[in-house]
Amino acid sequence: MALTTTTNAASARLENVSKFYGEFQALRDVSLVIPPGKVTCLIGPSGSGKSTLLRCINFLEEYDRGGIWIDDRLIGYDAVGGRRMAPGRLREMRRDIGMVFQQFNLWPHMTALQNVAEGLERVKRLPRAQAQRIAAEALAKVGLGDKTGNHPSRLSGGQQQRVAIARAIAMQPRIMLFDEPTSALDPELVGEVLAVMKQLAAEGMTMVVVTHEMGFAAHVADRVAFMERGELVAAGTPAEIFGNPADARVRAFLQSYHDRNAFDVQAG
Amino acid sequence: MIDLSLFQQYGPALLRGLGMTIFCWLVGTVFAMALGFVLALVQRSVTAWPVQWLLRGYVEFIRGTPFLVQLFVLYYGGPMLGLRLDALPAGLLGLTIYGSPYFAEIFRAGLNAVPVGQIEAARAMGFPPGAIMRRVMIPVMLVSALPALVNFSIILTKETVILSMITVPEIMFETQTMMAETFAFAEATLVLALFFWVFVEAISRIGRRLERRATHYLLDRS
Repeated sequence: MALTTTTNAASARLENVSKFYGEFQALRDVSLVIPPGKVTCLIGPSGSGKSTLLRCINFLEEYDRGGIWIDDRLIGYDAVGGRRMAPGRLREMRRDIGMVFQQFNLWPHMTALQNVAEGLERVKRLPRAQAQRIAAEALAKVGLGDKTGNHPSRLSGGQQQRVAIARAIAMQPRIMLFDEPTSALDPELVGEVLAVMKQLAAEGMTMVVVTHEMGFAAHVADRVAFMERGELVAAGTPAEIFGNPADARVRAFLQSYHDRNAFDVQAG
Repeated sequence: MIDLSLFQQYGPALLRGLGMTIFCWLVGTVFAMALGFVLALVQRSVTAWPVQWLLRGYVEFIRGTPFLVQLFVLYYGGPMLGLRLDALPAGLLGLTIYGSPYFAEIFRAGLNAVPVGQIEAARAMGFPPGAIMRRVMIPVMLVSALPALVNFSIILTKETVILSMITVPEIMFETQTMMAETFAFAEATLVLALFFWVFVEAISRIGRRLERRATHYLLDRS
């Protein structure tokens, strides 16, 4: 199949990334290596800066200090001189970086097929017929081969998110960013989206996933990074983070997660 | 009683007037919309305060003065400022200027209402800005903006009669000529009212059709 993604997965390297909103520092000197072909999960309490960090990787959010390299190319700024990168060069880099949003962000006026084909036509400048053929293939891959003609309003949340994933993979990105991809879904729809993500991981896609799905992080991630208050507190294998975290903040977060999700039924 | 024989004599002139009214409305509306769209875009993208201040001032000044006054400034005041225009070009320019700030406000509000996430999705994929505008922002914006755009276009149909005050030979002008020469007030004004009613009805039908097209995906079929 033309859309397998195992070839030339990209790595990313974040060095001392800081981000300010006025006086407020949203990211504090975050350094993290995203290995190629692996799944890196970002976890932590809300407001900890996970999404902000993720959005810095494709420069949707502009970091103020430090650097982020996709393979060996600095994103957002010129490597020499440190000025803002020319828009055309930023667009060129973004082609390689797929992104999936919490709110799906599909274009409501287009069918599922056109949502997926649009980027191929406008960014890769493929002829419409070819774009639609690849789009149909991508939709089939996420299990929506029969929904190509539906508009987003006629799809469930889980289906919409799978269209969004198809839209990203149709561009054949070399790294993919997932910003809480299941947080807006009804619980019974989470599984179908995670299944597609697991499939991508198995094919060797480089994935960075901001998630509250601890099960997914524990079972699918190769590396887990824990953030709090804009700081990267700990990073390691799932076993290291979930098994016996050294840092008290990680322990407290996981404890509160367990408390929320555990339930005992008292026998009458 | 209504004297239909009058229309044999004045029919041709009235028909020319009708044509002129439709022409003025069409040109004025198209240009006013185009200028309004450009104003909205500049207001969105240029944050420098002199530009913002200038645009704000333009919008407030044009909205705050009567069309007739603007037209007189342009047509009678213009020559003293070195702008010498015939009645028709002055009228078309006047309509364009008069309509533009209203359209600018409609477009500004419409563009602001496009969900940011849908724009970010396109930016994240590397869409060029023009494609984001054409393929995402305008179609999504039109859903909320079309009723207001049609509404103001309808208002402009009726503003065209003011062009008669600077001797543009549109329907009001021809009707007034007919009235002055025949004193047939009933016949002339009834024709005038009837014409505008039909004209506006036609525009609102077209508007409803456009609305259906823009919002087809919101209806219960895919």
